[in-house]
Amino acid sequence: MKEKLIVSSSPHLRKNNSTQRIMLDVIIAMIPAVIASVVFFGYWAVITLAVSIASCVLSEFVCRLVMKREQTIGDLSAIVTGILLALNLPANINPFITAFGGVVAIVVAKQMFGGLGQNFANPAMTARIVLLVSFPVHMATWVEPFFYTSGVDAVTTATPLGILAEGSGTMPSYLDMFLGNIAGSMGETSVLAILLGGIYLVVRRIINPLVPLTFVGTVAAISGFACIFTGRDVLVDILSGGLMLGAFFMATDYATTPVNWRGKVVFAIGCGIITMLIRLFGSLPEGVSYSILLMNVLTPYIEVLTRTKTFGMKKARKERKQSEV
Amino acid sequence: MKLSIPLKPFKTFGGAKVPHRKHTHSASSEVIPTPEKVTLPMQMHIGAPCKPLVKVGQQVLIGEKIGESDTFISAPIHATVSGKVSALEKVVLTDGKIVDAIVITSDGENTLSPDIQPPVINSTEDFVCAVRESGLVGLGGAGFPTHAKVKIPKDKTIHTLLINAAECEPHITSDHREMLENADRVIDGMFSIAKYLNIKQIIIGIESNKPDAIELLKEKLAADSRNANGIAGVLSLRAVYPQGAEKVLIQAATGKQLATGKLPSDLGCLIMNVTTVGFISDYLKTGIPLVTKRITVDGSAISIPKNVIAPIGTKLQDIVEFCGGYQEEVQKILLGGPMMGLAIPSDNFQVMKQSNGILFLGEQDINKKRTTACIHCGSCVTVCPMHLEPYALEENMNKRITERLRKLAVMTCIECGSCSFVCPANRPLVHSIRLGKNLIRKEDAEEKAKLDAAKAKTESTASTVKTNA
Repeated sequence: MKEKLIVSSSPHLRKNNSTQRIMLDVIIAMIPAVIASVVFFGYWAVITLAVSIASCVLSEFVCRLVMKREQTIGDLSAIVTGILLALNLPANINPFITAFGGVVAIVVAKQMFGGLGQNFANPAMTARIVLLVSFPVHMATWVEPFFYTSGVDAVTTATPLGILAEGSGTMPSYLDMFLGNIAGSMGETSVLAILLGGIYLVVRRIINPLVPLTFVGTVAAISGFACIFTGRDVLVDILSGGLMLGAFFMATDYATTPVNWRGKVVFAIGCGIITMLIRLFGSLPEGVSYSILLMNVLTPYIEVLTRTKTFGMKKARKERKQSEV
Repeated sequence: MKLSIPLKPFKTFGGAKVPHRKHTHSASSEVIPTPEKVTLPMQMHIGAPCKPLVKVGQQVLIGEKIGESDTFISAPIHATVSGKVSALEKVVLTDGKIVDAIVITSDGENTLSPDIQPPVINSTEDFVCAVRESGLVGLGGAGFPTHAKVKIPKDKTIHTLLINAAECEPHITSDHREMLENADRVIDGMFSIAKYLNIKQIIIGIESNKPDAIELLKEKLAADSRNANGIAGVLSLRAVYPQGAEKVLIQAATGKQLATGKLPSDLGCLIMNVTTVGFISDYLKTGIPLVTKRITVDGSAISIPKNVIAPIGTKLQDIVEFCGGYQEEVQKILLGGPMMGLAIPSDNFQVMKQSNGILFLGEQDINKKRTTACIHCGSCVTVCPMHLEPYALEENMNKRITERLRKLAVMTCIECGSCSFVCPANRPLVHSIRLGKNLIRKEDAEEKAKLDAAKAKTESTASTVKTNA
């Protein structure tokens, strides 16, 4: 017998899971979108991805070092942020801007609030918005997919949502939008790739399918209603822009969205409404990132309002009501 | 009120899919050879400890009462082997309490006390007295004196006897074996209880991972003449932890939620563990008090996992020896299952009345997960059968905000362990909640002391005023 037995508080049994494993699953889920972005945007996509991941991981490392805290790069969350940020940027963006985005995501949006799980807004989303405001021209210059095969250096073009907002230009086919053969941020374009990753996350029970379904459903409903009055196209609204990436990878972020399923649904509906309000009435063609950020801010309030009744409490209220009558 | 036995369980909240690990489910109970010595602590129940009735050197026979208390919430203790009282000593119980214990050295004869005879029961009161004399406590693990449970207050009526045979803890199979080996006495016991307490219906709740027990009891019930009008039925529960928790079981069987601070009797239910019910049947027939217990011995450190019938008070060393010794270095010893069981600091402990399993955990069973920051994944909220928010409770406990802890209904927690089990960050959620509950209890006690002091003060002032006048 061992000289000293282990004495600890129950339970003594733990599920075989970890934060690291969850993050790894998210990374695996993003692989299709990463492959699609490299296929469509070539070496520039590789550069942007590499710079973004390196910047995020390095920022996290330095941050924890300066703050004299335990190193957390091992939990892989910085890599998730790095990939997610890259997928949110145009492929041909200046690498320095990408690096700056990584620093903003990790230092400002994540570590300043206490690190993993403590941030109120999605780091990658916050960084994207900071870049969008700071470098509006760079962030809205898109290249054609497969530009690298044409021999021409880069042809700037408009995104489907841009075409819809401007009312001019030729709209790509639905199939191209589904596959990702359109202009846009490097990871947003291929709905197919994002769906594959999304299904993986649902199967692995990392995310609740209610969130993306409600988000996309709300957008579709409002777009469908709007198409009666203006020239909206429901399919374009769903298949283009950052909707799919946002719905599957950002609106499902643990730290910045409500914990219970009712709250999650409210959150997703809110995201859908704000997205469509910006797309319809805002000066920007796209509103997914703003909608998620705004709902992130509302998350604590949604959590309080959608809190599940504790076991045994519902009956107590009913009894009280009866006694009042 | 119309009573009916549900065909399928009502919806329960949350729940975790814990591994079952019922390695011993087909291991028939084996009676351990009479140990050389047994140690009987004077407290093996919730309530007041007993006072020893015997002196060192005295001869005792099996079933002789050796410990008794005047308090109602208590249960007498009987000699579990025949022999000589060799020592009166102090032992430490799992909650850190130090109590008297009687050590009996066995003479190897196992002579039954001649005073033992079946109790004569003519009324409900007789039944309650008989149960008390048997020394019976809830055998499911809590150890609440059974007579205190079956003494129904005058203002309450019990219409449903709910038999807890869920056995949701991993590893433990002692209740499962009870049903398979002693199905007749279980059925007999429940009809006796129903008869004496005038109960209208009986529901046996068994988790669906024990199909053989469900089948067997269904068959026996169908063939039983006492069940001609179908007052008793088996309810197959979902195999999701913790179906055996009192509140969850009531919800599964009746669809009602038992509010915090209320008793099952407020909902007209009486809940009893299946082995407790089986024992009552035997006691009514033979009059032999609670002297032996079936325990599941399992865990990666033990050579031969078994179901062992041992005299109460048998030392763990004897149990280990009977199960072939350790096959690897034991790291942790648990009384009970891995979800709610208690870790004890050494194997110098004994089988208690309420023990239903003892696990000897080796290297592979030890939790080696690293504790990292909460990522708000919401797993704990999803699995909580009480619809609590464990992550928020932990956070507020760490900040010592009792007001919020109250608002989040910390006292509703049944400490089932589901939240800690699923947490990917290995947060000590249940542990924090326990600390939070203590914080609230302390605050309440202080509040009460303050009120009492203020009351005493006003009273004394009033009396001074009176004398002055």
